[in-house]
Order: sequence, then C-alpha cells, then structure tokens
Amino acid sequence: MDNNTNHEIKQYVVFKLGNEEYGVDIQRVQIIERIQNITRVPKSPYFIKGVINLRGEIIPVMSLRVKFELEPDDYTDETRIIIVKIDENQVGMIVDQVKEVLQLSTEVIENVQGFTSDINLNFIQGVGKVNDHIVTLLNLKNLIDSTLNNPKENQPAQ
Amino acid sequence: MDMSQYLEIFVEESKEHLQSLNESLLQLENEPGNMPILNEVFRVAHTLKGMAGTMGFTKMQKLTHNMENVLSEIRNGRILVDSNLLDTLFKCLDALENYVDEIINTGNEGSEEYTQIINELGNILSNNFDQGETTEKQGTVHVEQESSTNSDLEIADVHLTDFENNAVKNALSRSYNVYQISIYLNKACVLKSARAFIVFRSLESLGEIIKSLPKVEDIEDEKFEFDFTVVVISKEAKDMFEKELLSIAEVEQVIIRDIVVSGGEDELVNIPDTENKQDSLPGHTPQDTHEKDGGESKSIVGKSRPKAGKTVRVDIDRLDTLMNLVSELIIIKTRLEGIEGGNNTQNYNEAVEYLERITTSLHDAVMKVRMVPVERVFNRFPRMIRDLSRKLNKEIELTMSGEETELDRTVIDEIGDPLIHLLRNAADHGLETTEERLQKGKDKIGNIYLRAYQDGNNVVIEVEDDGKGIDTKKIKARAVEKGAITSDMASNMSEQDIVELLFNPSFSTAEKISDVSGRGVGLDVVKTKIEALGGDIEVKTTLGKGSKFIVRLPLTLAIIQALMVKLGEEKYAIPLNTIQNIEDVKISDIQYIQKQEIIVLRNQVIPIIRLDRVLDVPKKEQKELITVVIVKKGEKQAGFVVDGLIGQQEIVIKSLGKYLSGIRMIAGATILGNGEVALILDINTLV
Repeated sequence: MDNNTNHEIKQYVVFKLGNEEYGVDIQRVQIIERIQNITRVPKSPYFIKGVINLRGEIIPVMSLRVKFELEPDDYTDETRIIIVKIDENQVGMIVDQVKEVLQLSTEVIENVQGFTSDINLNFIQGVGKVNDHIVTLLNLKNLIDSTLNNPKENQPAQ
Repeated sequence: MDMSQYLEIFVEESKEHLQSLNESLLQLENEPGNMPILNEVFRVAHTLKGMAGTMGFTKMQKLTHNMENVLSEIRNGRILVDSNLLDTLFKCLDALENYVDEIINTGNEGSEEYTQIINELGNILSNNFDQGETTEKQGTVHVEQESSTNSDLEIADVHLTDFENNAVKNALSRSYNVYQISIYLNKACVLKSARAFIVFRSLESLGEIIKSLPKVEDIEDEKFEFDFTVVVISKEAKDMFEKELLSIAEVEQVIIRDIVVSGGEDELVNIPDTENKQDSLPGHTPQDTHEKDGGESKSIVGKSRPKAGKTVRVDIDRLDTLMNLVSELIIIKTRLEGIEGGNNTQNYNEAVEYLERITTSLHDAVMKVRMVPVERVFNRFPRMIRDLSRKLNKEIELTMSGEETELDRTVIDEIGDPLIHLLRNAADHGLETTEERLQKGKDKIGNIYLRAYQDGNNVVIEVEDDGKGIDTKKIKARAVEKGAITSDMASNMSEQDIVELLFNPSFSTAEKISDVSGRGVGLDVVKTKIEALGGDIEVKTTLGKGSKFIVRLPLTLAIIQALMVKLGEEKYAIPLNTIQNIEDVKISDIQYIQKQEIIVLRNQVIPIIRLDRVLDVPKKEQKELITVVIVKKGEKQAGFVVDGLIGQQEIVIKSLGKYLSGIRMIAGATILGNGEVALILDINTLV
C-alpha cells in the first residue's frame, strides 16, 4: 500500500478465526450466510468443505481454518459463510464469526512484505491498525486462485 | 435501423446459400452439362453478390461478381466445365466461407482479397475468349431484363409534409435529384423487413431517404404488404438506383419517378411515368433531414459492427407449443392460488399432477427448440471427402444417412471437429490406396459411411470405413516402444483394450506423418471432446475389413433422468440412461480376478466398483446382501455397490463451477427438492 498518495477510504468486512481478526474487501463480498448443509465433494482440495446451494447456484465452500492450518472448524451459532466473488466465480469461506464492517484509510494499512509469518504472505494484502488491535487484510484473489489452481496444494501438508 | 439484427439474418442466409452452392457444385462435378444445376449455381452466386453488396461487404461482392462472370459464360456454353474450373469454383466457395466466418467472428469481412482466385477466374475467361468485358455486362443485364420496369402494379403516392417539402425544395435548388421510389418485393419473400432493411441500406449509400411509406418503424415490424415507397434525395442518376436495387435478392420490381417543384403553393408533384392521382395519406415520419453528404447513414456506419450472435432457427410451431405451455402454467398458478384458502387436498393433488404434466411438456418443448438436425454438420463432409480423395489420390465414396437426426445446438456446434478428425482418419489411415485395394481384391472405390440415428436417450453417430482395419499388433508394438505399456502388459491385453490405446494422448500409428492426419494431436483429443459433451466413443475393427468408430452423444445436456442412490449418508445421482439393471448380490457371490472384485451375472463377468471406497465415503458396516447398480458405458459394464436406492428423479444438471471442475469422477451437481445438493456421478471416468 502506498502511503504517500491520496488516502483512500476502503470498507472491509471483518471476521474472526479463533482470536485473530481478518478483513476482506467489501466489494468482493456477495452475501453472508448462516452455516447450512454442505455437500462433501470427493477428491476435492483438502480445505474445500464441499458445495452449497445458494438460490439455485452451486457454490464451493472452503474452510479458512483448514487453509490456515488452525484447529478444525467447530460450528456454532456465530459461524457464517462469507460468499465472495473473484472473476465471475463465487466461493464461500467458513468463518467463526462476522464482526463488523470497518472503514480503513489506506494510511493505516501497513505493508507486510517485511514480516515473517506462518501464513503465506501472498495471501495478505496488508495489516490494518484499528485502535488497539490489528486486522489482517486478505488478498482474496491470491488466496483462492493460487490454491485452487495449483494441484500440488490439493493435498494437506504432511 | 439497427444493423445487428440483419447481420444474423445475413449470416444465416449466406450459410444456406453457400451450402446449396456446395451441393450444386458437387452435383455439377458429376454431371457437368446439367443446365438446371448450373442455373442454380448461378442464381446462388448472384444472390450472394447482392446480399454482400447491400451489407457493404465489398470484397465478398467482388469475388462473387467474378464468379458470376465465369458462370454466365458457362451457361452460354462458351466455357466447358472441367475439373480445373470446378477446383477454382470450389476455391471461391472456400473463400466465401472464410468471409462469412470472418463476419461471424468480427462483424467485418476482413482484409483478405483473394486476388489469386479472382485472377484464376479472370484467366478462365480470357483464356477461353478474351471477352471478360462483355461477360461482365451479361451478368447484370440478365437480371435487369428479368425485372424490367413497367407495371400494372399499383403505385403508392406519397404526401409530403411542409417540413419535408422544404427539404426537397432545398435539395432541388441545389441541383440534387429527388426521386420517389417504389420497391416491390417478391411475394415469396419471408423476411420482408430484412429485405427492406437491405434496400434501405443500399438507398442510404446512394442518397438520403427523407420519407418512407409505410413508416420505417412499421417496415421494421413487417407491417407492410410486399411493397413500400420512399422519397430519396441524391446526386446519383436514376439508373444507378435501379441497378443497385434490382441486384438485391427478392426485389422484384422498382419504380422510380422524379419529383420536381410545381409552380403552385409550395406543392411538390411527382412526374409520373403513368397517370397518377395524388392521394393524401396520413402519417409523416420524423425523418432526419441532414445534409446529403451525411446520407451515408451515420447511424449505421458510425457504429462498430456487432458480432453475429449464436442463434437457432426455430420452427414457429415449436414456439407456439411453448407459448401454449406457458399459458397453461399461468392457469395452474391461478388455480393453486385459489386452493390456498380451503384445505381441499384432492384439488391440490390434482393441480400438482397437472403442474407436473405441464413442466414435463415444457421441458420437452424447450429441448425441441434447441434441437438442430445433424445435417448442419454433415453437409460439409461430402466436399471434404472430395478434397481428401484428390489429395490422397484414393477413390472414396461417402455414404451418409440419418442427416435429419436432431441434436442439441451446443452439441452440434462442438461435434464438427471430432467428426472431421474421424473422417480424415478413415480416409487417410483406414482406406488403402487404390493399388492395395485392387491387390486385395476389393472394389477400387473405398467406402466411408457416416450414419446418425437415435438410440433411446442418445444419438449415435458412426464413422465406418471398409479399409484395412486396425492392426492391433502394430499398435501394441508402438505402445510398448513409446513406453505407454510394458511388453508384459501388452501380452495380457485383449484386442479391445489394445484398440482403446489409440485414444491415449499423442498416439499416432501412421508411419509417415501426412498432411491429412497424424499431426500428433490424435484420437485422444476426439475422445476428450466427446466426453466433455457427455458422450463416449468406441471402436470396432476387423483387420482387413475395416473399422467403425461409434460416437454416442446425449440428446440433451441440461435435464436428465437419474437414479438417486445413497452412499453412507450421502446422496448421489446416476444418469438413468447408463443404468442397465439393479441386482441384489450376496457378499459370498463376489469373486476375485487379480484382486479385482467381480460378479458373474447371466454368464457375464462384471467388475464391481465399491463407490464408497472410490469416493472416500465414511465407512459403514458390511452387509450380507449388497445392492449393485449395473451401468454400461459402450461395451463396458461395471457394478456400482451402493448402500441404498432412493428412486428415480428428473434432475437439472448444474456445473460445480470453475474451481471444482477438475474433479473427474463428478459430472456435476443437482439441487434436490429440499434444497440440498447432490452430486452426479460421471460414469465415463468411473467405469
């Protein structure tokens, strides 16, 4: 993120995975659904939980917890599926809880290139600082494209 | 007027004309002296010329014009039809097809001029007679005579508004010509408004239309008989208009009259060729009266040309059926609404049954609308075989049957390439050379059969040749050499398995790579394509007698009958047309061949596939009696072990989307009555 140009305000949908907070660009979010019956798809990538029927459309649903190598999902009343659209394709992401919609100025978004992290840095667009806590902003396109189009990643890390 | 709607018509019609040109040329080759055929060829070339011209495709027009010159000489008996000449004509046909393809893709005819072909045509003319000049004239004179101006037809009179009067006077004062032109279309003309559009277009290229009767809108809506009248301002001479308009297909007659200002009260008067009274007619059109130089129709030329869309020509009866069904749906909806209040179960059930009947018929009707006869694909093959036969120096006869068999439009669009491939293979690899055939005591003409027929829910297309058949030994050797199989495996393989090797990627048995086939992309591409369409392909071959490729395609893609089965807690759909029967089998009846579970059923050995293992379904305890669904894919059979049968159901196939499309065993998904998603098994990859 470039700090020197105009400080653009962007909106992010903030959700929780365990104690961590993540944000996705609201422009990409189609709809947020309660957890529902997910049909398992055999031989699909390990982090794909299956498919759901969203008003007549079949949409694959992935588990971000599995993807980020966290504890497996434990569905609660708060569990939601965030449906995002990337280049005409819709994908659902299971999250523990959807917290809020956050307005962030590009000014407070920090680049993460210098970080070391367990999570692939390609998936992260930046880190937003809000008051006392930070929100990891996901780069959805990289996250979904790279993993789904790369068959090597379709097996869980051993 | 909007151009795009006519572009489609142009494309469709051109295709039809090119097709008939193709057929006629092939016929002409067999009977060079046949006058009616020759006339047909001439007629088509002429029509194409007119169509291309009016749509503004000048290069295409030029080519057809030159063709016409040659054809007219043939008609006059001054040039004899020989194979050289036909080759050139076929080249023209190809070039025209390229133009049309280009137009479909880009909306433009492209920049290719095919000067070589035009030169060839020119040479034919000059070699024979040195009188290209005269022939050119004959080409057009002929038409004009056919429809010379004169008439006892009623001529409509046009009353101009003041505004238009002024425009006309203004034009006349600046020494433009103003004409009133009445155009009479052939009574057999089907797409009147399209014709009218073409007429308008060519008029606009010559001048500016300031008035039209009936109104342009009405003409667009086909609200006119077979004639209409326009007032045009132009610098061009009358003849020019006449010539231009008469060159348009289905324009039967054109009557042009000058309009001049008469002395009196700003009144404009026609100078009629015949006696005419002036009728005042209501309705003036707010035509734009810009300057003439802009007459080249800003609205059309300015816009970038749209691409031709994907269209299906639909029989009006089929649409009527659809309309009827939709109105029935509305009736049933009202009926259901009425029931809501009371609790009349019988009424309700009746209504639901009725609804079910309608949806089934609706499905059928929509499917039929999408159906296109395979003829659309087949019709280019005779020509292709002719070319192949020359190129390969083999005598080949193509026999086609079942061209009327109908297939879904999407399938029709895709099936062409695989069939071309198979036909080329048959001609190149399948059939022997003429000498070889004679040596073997076969008829020197090699036969290729192309058949289409409906078989239950499938359409079968067969490509058969009576050539040398497939040499399994050769394939075996090649496969071992290429490392596709080991020699151990080779010795254990059945003939059929070996033939199947042909469908392995980059497997080409032709010893020398020829121009025709064997470019490395092989039958595997054909197979992939056909499987992508939900079909399959198999081969039957007899060494020395010939081979037969059988392509099986689904009638429709979107909605199928399926058997719903249970695997553990999961539900899956198996397409009903693949299912042969369902058997209850005792666990103890299962036998083994090299670790492969099989059952013997009515003397047939059927391999057993444990779907739960293949699909990683969570394990359940083994039962004593298992349910086996026997499916058939071509000649191959397999038994799927399932945990339970739910029942037969009509399902709508939905794609799993781009991200999950790589999963081979699943053909798609469907949504069940309760909103749940069930997956559809892909029999092709499972068996």
